Amino acid sequence: MTEPRHTALYEWHREQGARLVPFAGWLLPLQYPAGIMAEHRACRERCVLFDVSHMGTVLVPGDPQDAACALEDLISGDLQQQRVGTAKYTLLLNDAGGITDDLMALRHEEAWYLVVNAARTAADLAALEAALPEAHRPVLVEGKSLIALQGPAAAEVLAEQLPEALELRFLESREVFIDGQRARVARLGYTGEDGFEIALPDGVAREFAARLCADGRVQPAGLGARDSLRLEAGLCLYGQDIDETTSPIAAGLGWTINKRRREAADFPGAARILRERADGPERRLVGLTLDGRLPARSGAEVLADGTTVGRVTSGGFAPTVGAPIALAHVDATVAEVGTALVCRVRSHDVDATVTALPFVPNRYHR
Amino acid sequence: MARRYTKDHEWVELDGDDAAVGITDHAQEQLGDVVFVDLPDVGRTVNAGDAMAVVESVKAASDVYAPIAGEVTAINESLADAPGLVNEAAEGAGWFVRIKPSTPAEIDSLLDAAAYAAFVADQS
Repeated sequence: MTEPRHTALYEWHREQGARLVPFAGWLLPLQYPAGIMAEHRACRERCVLFDVSHMGTVLVPGDPQDAACALEDLISGDLQQQRVGTAKYTLLLNDAGGITDDLMALRHEEAWYLVVNAARTAADLAALEAALPEAHRPVLVEGKSLIALQGPAAAEVLAEQLPEALELRFLESREVFIDGQRARVARLGYTGEDGFEIALPDGVAREFAARLCADGRVQPAGLGARDSLRLEAGLCLYGQDIDETTSPIAAGLGWTINKRRREAADFPGAARILRERADGPERRLVGLTLDGRLPARSGAEVLADGTTVGRVTSGGFAPTVGAPIALAHVDATVAEVGTALVCRVRSHDVDATVTALPFVPNRYHR
Repeated sequence: MARRYTKDHEWVELDGDDAAVGITDHAQEQLGDVVFVDLPDVGRTVNAGDAMAVVESVKAASDVYAPIAGEVTAINESLADAPGLVNEAAEGAGWFVRIKPSTPAEIDSLLDAAAYAAFVADQS
């Protein structure tokens, strides 16, 4: 077991009183002294800063239009028609139509950047290296930090440092300069709120994070709040809600494959994915809202009329909803919104209702 | 009777025929915001070290172990509506259960306040 890596903000986290935990090979803040609940609420009401530098950034070099064609052999999204200066949520697929990873694909003027899950970086690189021609050989970007600023006040806060950020709409990205260093801002996130992710050199990350947090509207938040926020936003967590066996259709991610891609049917696992799209998958990922206060966590059984119909993949207490919520894979026959189900938590059978996602309406700046 | 502690971060204090049991302030701080406490049924017999309750924080579910053998004589009903009491007053109003000890002397074999404080300091 190798020692977990430190991000460029490691010392700063310690100074803020963060509780650091190992996560996907990195030592990251689980929470700060305010606590997960307070950090969660701060993101919904004002603004929080996350250090997400553990996420992998993969550069795919070479002519971006040629690279788009090559990447489409592996990826569900329509990259050929993606505009320069935009980001797209998309999936890296395997030949069985399962999900190797979910990622953000950012098209810059000169190249593609793929922002991937930390724990999947090695698997993604292997898949990309095996499939991409020499001109587009993927390169893992080192020496960069990634800071997420999320919440209704994020735009005003960031504008004081980078006024150009206000020109961006949801899923747009642009180059900026931070302390004279070339950096990149994209308007997106993993909380359901308006917000930004800023990719910047490690050398200026600490100062920049400190400047943002000097604003009274901003406080740092850790992995705990990141998880409860994304769950309320109905966003999947790779390794829990989706994995190499999950098809995009079962996961409710069929929308990542547009008409051109469906008609071309040239992505990995197209036969299975298109069949499931036409006939419906056997199982579906659904949202559940539970009665009472007892959360059902990942692994909890889901029942209908006393029969097991699925399993919770993510679950916890949702501070904004004020109730326990979960994502669960269940038989398609019981996946309709409003269906009454039961979650078994230890000796308790807790009533639950299939709920439309997201649990909390998103507030992206479209 | 002085309060005693376990290395699993429970506290126990004999008070009359039975003993109040809860988790330590250090434990609640580590757990973070408590959203639910799953308590045993009154009348249940427990052995020292048995998982007897589960405390659910925003982050995770954690087992709470019986510090001593005995019978559960009462549970803290207030926690059902106000699980946050565990964060506010872990070693007071946020108690979990009362246990009638099979062997009251068993309590003396646990850590005293100084030994528990030293144990916690050693862990961090």
